Amino acid sequence: MELTLWTYEGPPHVGAMRIATAMEGVHYVLHAPQGDTYADLLFTMIERRDRRPPVTYTTFQARDLGGDTAEMVKTSVREAYDRFKPQVMLVGESCTAELIQDQPGGLAKSMGLPIPVVSLELPAYSKKENWGASETLYHLVRTLLLPVVPAPNTPRPKRDPNIRPKANIIGPTALGFRCRDDIREVLKLLAEIGVDVNVVAPMGSTPDDLLRIPNADFNICLYPEIALTTCTWLSRSFGQPIIKTVPIGVGATRDFIAEIGKVADIDVSQALARSHADTLGNWDAARVSSSAEAGASRLPWYSKSVDSTYLTGKRVFIFGDATHVLAAARMATEELGFTLVGIGTYSREFAREVREVAKKHGIEAVISDDYLAVEAKIAEAAPELVLGTQMERHIAKRLGIPCAVISAPIHVQDVPARYSPQMGWEGANVIFDSWIHPLMMGLEEHLIGMFKEDFEFAEGHMSHLHTVPSQESRRESVATDHAISSTNSSNQAVLTPVAQAIEGVTWSADGEAELKKIPFFVRGKIKRNTEKFASDRGITSITVETLYDAKAQIGQ
Amino acid sequence: MALEPCTELPVKITADIPVLKERGQREVFCGLTGIVWLHRKMQDAFFLVVGSRTCAHLIQSAAGVMIFAEPRFGTAILGERDLAGLADANEELDRVVDQLLERRPDIGTLFLVGSCPSEVIKLDLAKAAERLSTRFFPKVRILNYSGSGIETTFTQGEDACLGSMVPVLPRSDEAGLMVVGSLADVVEDQFRRLFDKMGVGPVYFFPPRRAANLPPVGKGTKLLLAQPFLSDTVRSLVARGATLLPSPYPLGIEGTTAWLKTAADAWNVDASRFEEAIEPPVKRAKIALDRYRQALIGRKAFLFPDSQLEIPLARFLSRECGMELVEVGMPYIDRLLMDKEIALLPAGTLISEGQDVDKQLDRCREARPDITVCGLGLANPLEAAGMATKWSIELVFSPIQGYDQAADLAELFARPLERRRRLTV
Repeated sequence: MELTLWTYEGPPHVGAMRIATAMEGVHYVLHAPQGDTYADLLFTMIERRDRRPPVTYTTFQARDLGGDTAEMVKTSVREAYDRFKPQVMLVGESCTAELIQDQPGGLAKSMGLPIPVVSLELPAYSKKENWGASETLYHLVRTLLLPVVPAPNTPRPKRDPNIRPKANIIGPTALGFRCRDDIREVLKLLAEIGVDVNVVAPMGSTPDDLLRIPNADFNICLYPEIALTTCTWLSRSFGQPIIKTVPIGVGATRDFIAEIGKVADIDVSQALARSHADTLGNWDAARVSSSAEAGASRLPWYSKSVDSTYLTGKRVFIFGDATHVLAAARMATEELGFTLVGIGTYSREFAREVREVAKKHGIEAVISDDYLAVEAKIAEAAPELVLGTQMERHIAKRLGIPCAVISAPIHVQDVPARYSPQMGWEGANVIFDSWIHPLMMGLEEHLIGMFKEDFEFAEGHMSHLHTVPSQESRRESVATDHAISSTNSSNQAVLTPVAQAIEGVTWSADGEAELKKIPFFVRGKIKRNTEKFASDRGITSITVETLYDAKAQIGQ
Repeated sequence: MALEPCTELPVKITADIPVLKERGQREVFCGLTGIVWLHRKMQDAFFLVVGSRTCAHLIQSAAGVMIFAEPRFGTAILGERDLAGLADANEELDRVVDQLLERRPDIGTLFLVGSCPSEVIKLDLAKAAERLSTRFFPKVRILNYSGSGIETTFTQGEDACLGSMVPVLPRSDEAGLMVVGSLADVVEDQFRRLFDKMGVGPVYFFPPRRAANLPPVGKGTKLLLAQPFLSDTVRSLVARGATLLPSPYPLGIEGTTAWLKTAADAWNVDASRFEEAIEPPVKRAKIALDRYRQALIGRKAFLFPDSQLEIPLARFLSRECGMELVEVGMPYIDRLLMDKEIALLPAGTLISEGQDVDKQLDRCREARPDITVCGLGLANPLEAAGMATKWSIELVFSPIQGYDQAADLAELFARPLERRRRLTV
């Protein structure tokens, strides 16, 4: 049993729903108790879809358990087929149905439907949503394409150099983070370098489209959590190479283009040169109009401009799915000049890659799906900005730290109406704006550092976010102080004891008063550094002098 | 062969009220959803669901759009190890509760909430609650109820939660009125003022705003239901000596008057004093309601089953707003709690109990109602098909009871129509 306040992923059958809902012509019969239809809301509300997900639930109740629940499965399959006439049927269980073991997939297969039936085995008590989506996509593709897999070691015919290369984009699903706009942005990138798109799957595709997958020259594994298993199988079965770079960030987008150039054997040097040449800091009409044609991001110039200098060394903590975390770490450090003080993912399948990045920055990766563990790590690292999921917004609120969302799980505000990709050139623009926005603006940061007793611009207040220095911001400020200085467990508002003060070190009154003068967002870090400094030197009471001694030794 | 989804022929239950009983796919919430409003009502309580990742996902999908510095609910997620042996699961539960209470010393009442998985593997949470309660007494009270989908539908979660508190209510045989069912704080205050004016009292509200302040119950307790979904709670309160005052529910002017009158009669309040107390708010409410009546009169309404508020709402919509009722769906009907309301529906109203959602959608599309009351899984798809909807969950989250909310209630149904009138895109 695992205590959780928030879960990073849903159960695996929600992953299967994400595949079914992303596609056309696929129907999913889910053996599940009454109430599990809540998952429809993820699609109709969070993603604001205009139709019901293609899912039929058996919705058994307690009174059915004494009877023949297997018969309910067969009725549901039959009725779903008659009503929706899908081209392919997925059949599976939710967590409760898994306990009563009706084998719905096997039952459905034995019913003689005139369409392929994919039986999904998704262990709900050990696996989660992304795994469910990945498995579902893999089994669906495999079921459809197995009959046409060529004999082993059949060489793939070489592409006619007069025909433009063709790619499949694999991975975008319903409920994915910004998948809708990422696809458009990637299509633009591909058009720029002369690559045609064969199939985008599962988003928007039909089973017939999946049958055309082998026609492409290579596969772009856009969301590895969903697509890597399928891409690997396609590579093995049809000899299609995999493009593994995920184009989030300016550098990654350049690498993505370069990788495609190599795999597809095409010249991409012009596109790469364009991305370097045009920084778009120039506002003349010709440039503004040419910027309508992608080819470069504004991020490099924005980030180089002096207004961004104060971003240097901002301490950032990154958490989310592995793909977005890896991309964010690179952007944060190489494209925005932040300092990485924490990194982690809930995607255990990609733990190795995340650990490597952590190692490069001299920190330890948090590989966990335990919200409380992540919360504790963030409190300990005392960052100035958290880049995470909807769940990190809860943590950041409690700790009073600015936060931006970079990865699923998300809520309705992260499925915006406006064009907001994360990938490609425009994606980098979107990211620059959304990550910088929660930080205190430079001038305000300076002034609050200088004058502490302003009646309007109070501690922790960020006037560009329109929060009045009301009780709200004061409470947050107090909460943070509290969280940071919490040394006793009677701190009742706090669920996780935030990193404890080091044993045997106390703050003198003047030391503590001086600590309060340290700008809000770095105070936690200074406090921890000073305590460690004192403890290492056997100092038991921290005075003003100790504080500055520590600062001189350690720096910020 | 009770399992084949089947459509039984209408059965007469009261003169002119046929009930269409259906079985098939049900598009409803499970009782765990009750946590979404109960955690706000009782701020010193914590709701720990014992279930699967699905349960955790449900609650956070519903409530996670609010950003919590201090979450007031969580899930003990069962793993494969827990499914292997029950003794182990009990130890695990103790460990999780320890962990939670150590970190949240402010919790006064902890609800262990059962789910489908915990019910199917027959994890005895009642016993666990008892065991843990003994350990943590008197600092923390630990109670148990089931919010599982196999046993409860949406608002029945509140019924189960309140039901679990009944045995620990203090005993008192003195006369008193207990208003049962979650009400918005502002509505509670209004009712309290009205009862004071009439001289009805003492009045207790159940659930209380803090789980620690439990109302007393005994032979002198008279129960007035503010919500229609409290079947089990009422029966356990009656078992503790309380008397039920059957009444229509306080939705709309008529409903509120009938509801207050039920209490006034039980307290032998004389007619003039009653009239005097209700006259000002009734007068106000009539003026306010009239505005929306103009928008709603003659329009057709179709209500999908969701919260059991459907019959009282339909009564309000037809009698006070002049709407025509196409179909009134209920997840289930408890005659003890619903007869007074059913009697007020226009003769011949089609009431359905249970659901086969695809067939019900067929009927709904066929009837082309002006407004469809349904859950969020259906609302946007119906809107996209050109039909105005009122999502039903809002009715559980909004202050809708009492005189001063009668117009607000009507407005909830008029708003989607008004919106359609305004939008030109």
